Amino acid sequence: MKSPTNTRLRRLVVTTGVALTALVLSACGGSRPDGGGEADPGVTDSTVKVGAHFPLTGVAAPGYSEIPTGAKAYFDFVNANGGVHGRKIEYLVRDDAYDPTKTSTVTNELVLKDEIFAMVGGLGTPTHGAVVDFLNDEGVPDLFVSSGSLQWGEDPEKLPWTFGWQTDYESEGKVIGKYVKENMPDAKVGLFLQDDDFGEDGEKGLRQSLDDQIVEVQKYTSGNTDVAPQVSALQSSGADLVIGFNTPSYTALTQLTALKLGYKPKWFYSNVGSDATLVGGLLARFSEGAVKSGSSSLDGVLTTKYLDTVDDADNAWIKLWQKVWEQEGDGKPLSNYRVYGMAQAYTFVQALQAAGKDLTRQGIVDAIEEEGGDFSGPVLAPFAYSSDSHMGTTGMRVVSLKGATTVPETEVEVTEIGDNPVELDDSDAGKDEPPSSGIPE
Amino acid sequence: MQRFLRRIWDSTLGRHLLIAALGVAVVILVVESVSDFRNVQLASMAYLGLAAGGLTILTGLNGQISLGHGALMAIGAYTSALMLQGAEPVLPLLAIVVVATLVTLLVGTVVGVAAARLHGPYLAGATLALAIAVPGIALFFSERLGGEAGLRVRMPEIPVWVLDAAYFVTGSELTRSRYISYLAWFTLILGFVLLANLSRGRVGRRWRAVRDDEVAAELAGINLGRARISAFMVSAAAAGAAGALMAFAVRLAAPSGFTLTLSLTLLAAVVLGGLGSLTGALLGAALLTFLPDVASNVGRDAGLTDIQAAQLAPLVYGLVMIAVILLAPLGIVGSLQSIAARRRARTRRTSTTSAAPTGAVTTSKGEAR
Repeated sequence: MKSPTNTRLRRLVVTTGVALTALVLSACGGSRPDGGGEADPGVTDSTVKVGAHFPLTGVAAPGYSEIPTGAKAYFDFVNANGGVHGRKIEYLVRDDAYDPTKTSTVTNELVLKDEIFAMVGGLGTPTHGAVVDFLNDEGVPDLFVSSGSLQWGEDPEKLPWTFGWQTDYESEGKVIGKYVKENMPDAKVGLFLQDDDFGEDGEKGLRQSLDDQIVEVQKYTSGNTDVAPQVSALQSSGADLVIGFNTPSYTALTQLTALKLGYKPKWFYSNVGSDATLVGGLLARFSEGAVKSGSSSLDGVLTTKYLDTVDDADNAWIKLWQKVWEQEGDGKPLSNYRVYGMAQAYTFVQALQAAGKDLTRQGIVDAIEEEGGDFSGPVLAPFAYSSDSHMGTTGMRVVSLKGATTVPETEVEVTEIGDNPVELDDSDAGKDEPPSSGIPE
Repeated sequence: MQRFLRRIWDSTLGRHLLIAALGVAVVILVVESVSDFRNVQLASMAYLGLAAGGLTILTGLNGQISLGHGALMAIGAYTSALMLQGAEPVLPLLAIVVVATLVTLLVGTVVGVAAARLHGPYLAGATLALAIAVPGIALFFSERLGGEAGLRVRMPEIPVWVLDAAYFVTGSELTRSRYISYLAWFTLILGFVLLANLSRGRVGRRWRAVRDDEVAAELAGINLGRARISAFMVSAAAAGAAGALMAFAVRLAAPSGFTLTLSLTLLAAVVLGGLGSLTGALLGAALLTFLPDVASNVGRDAGLTDIQAAQLAPLVYGLVMIAVILLAPLGIVGSLQSIAARRRARTRRTSTTSAAPTGAVTTSKGEAR
């Protein structure tokens, strides 16, 4: 029994010795990092590297995982036409499965290992919330977050590197509130809200004009798929208009539950939860085929939009996206999520151009603050970007759903967060045409 | 010198301390030589390893199963996140780890008292309830605990004396991710020394006795309930410390980080590595940390789209899991040990006539399965 112990001991001593020697040697070789001062990470004369986190797997993947395919197609289209200021855009997408812990991991990977120049379009309120401090500490431009939470843009002093992009939920609530007040002044309004920033911001906006019409407020926690208690509470409150700030799955769940309970109010879903094609598919799946697949199940439902959608086939922007998708896409049909990704990518290309030939991280943030308010592009209303606000586009229009198409109910209306009024957009932002090259000039 | 080392090696504590010292040297060497990003990964390997280490003690040595260790980590993470809200931390980071460990220990005791009365599927069910319920607490008290979005952790600046000490030892500036990595690994080493000592000593023998035969253990004068509760407490404490480290590394404590998946991941790490073995727990944690990353990188390099590459990770993970269960049912470390034991037995048979039995290692593993 002696010999094995002895060999093991000797081996251990030798390993320790080697390790310690190596340690001392490595310590001698250690050097202080030099001060930098050269080009920012991710930028060379011929490339600029950007990244984003999206749910490519898991429950949030249907729909959302298509956004980066759209963005990638547009970046490839720009690269095929020579890039921006001679730089090709390299676009890295990492999967976070809509789990903030994973978002943190993949963002570390993007920033520390891949050394991206900027984050473009990272998706989700809880997920992006996990990394927004890190990105700002590291001084990484955090552009055009794919979420309508107010926190990205309302306080640029706190988060100087972060910019929102889509219409925020509070402004959306205000636009919806104004429409209901004017068109359905006698409606008894019930609210169905996701129990986080999304629902809270939306309710804050709605209450500015609808405070006296709201008869019931029900909330749900994402992940809990039984919404019967909430829907029957809305039913018994006598609400004849239900406004939902919820995700697409919960649009399907509320529709299904209301069918079961024989509850037939007018429905109004926020932009996030209203993709008719996606919801139609979910409805068919959740009901195990009892509700026919297809997008007609949401006919007559009201919603909002801040981007033209695929069904506006004659729209010049949609024509451009179709062309880009035919050239660079993967052969699957163009969807509204892909349009979203392309429109976001378009805004980033505008920002790159505004930042000029000598691209720096500080430079692109300054450029968006100075010129971002005048970017003309696919979104229907102008951006709010300035040195005092990093909020995204400021308005939307109310539409009703008919099959997979949308019928406009109002013109584009704009507002800003806080007590500012909701007004008709007079900037013509919704009417501008894309440049003939398809690339912003 | 040789004799002195022999003496240390022969005592259990001495051997564990010697291995720990070697571990410290290796950690310093590795942390200094890899990039910031690898250090972030290493930190997450360390906290997974520590929690899996605690679980492997509970499951491998005491025979209790827990599907709720993710929830215990959540308690450690939220405790430390609550202490890291202001611009200045309430306590130094190490003290925060200790407090988080103690709080989780307290919760673990309560759960342990209930768990000690349950067996097999009932115990699994009860701990499963814990895994489901704890994230719900954060949603219910959303004012205080941040709800769905969770609590963001504000990491304090690295203390000057640590910077000085690090510069003195390594000769280079300490970056933030290296700092977290050191903190995680030193905590892991300390935790593993304590766990190894416990499992080697009287307490560990009692746990094994309870696992192997309750009646025999009771006849030998062992209080079954007490042994079970103490195993659960130790295991919970490890999970709590791991949770605190996770909060530091991820900079966030959010319910979606502590779903049932985390608990099952820990169990998977333990099973992959080999039940009851701390080395196995660490190896399992390493696999879980690096495998998805490697798989999706290989996928991307092979020309798959981002979505396909992302889907490759869970696929490879599942295949590895199946392969380990089929080919090495004792886990990686368990199987390696039994191969080594067999070979030792064979050489001994050929070299000497007195073939000694291969010892307790194989039997205890066989049963641990």
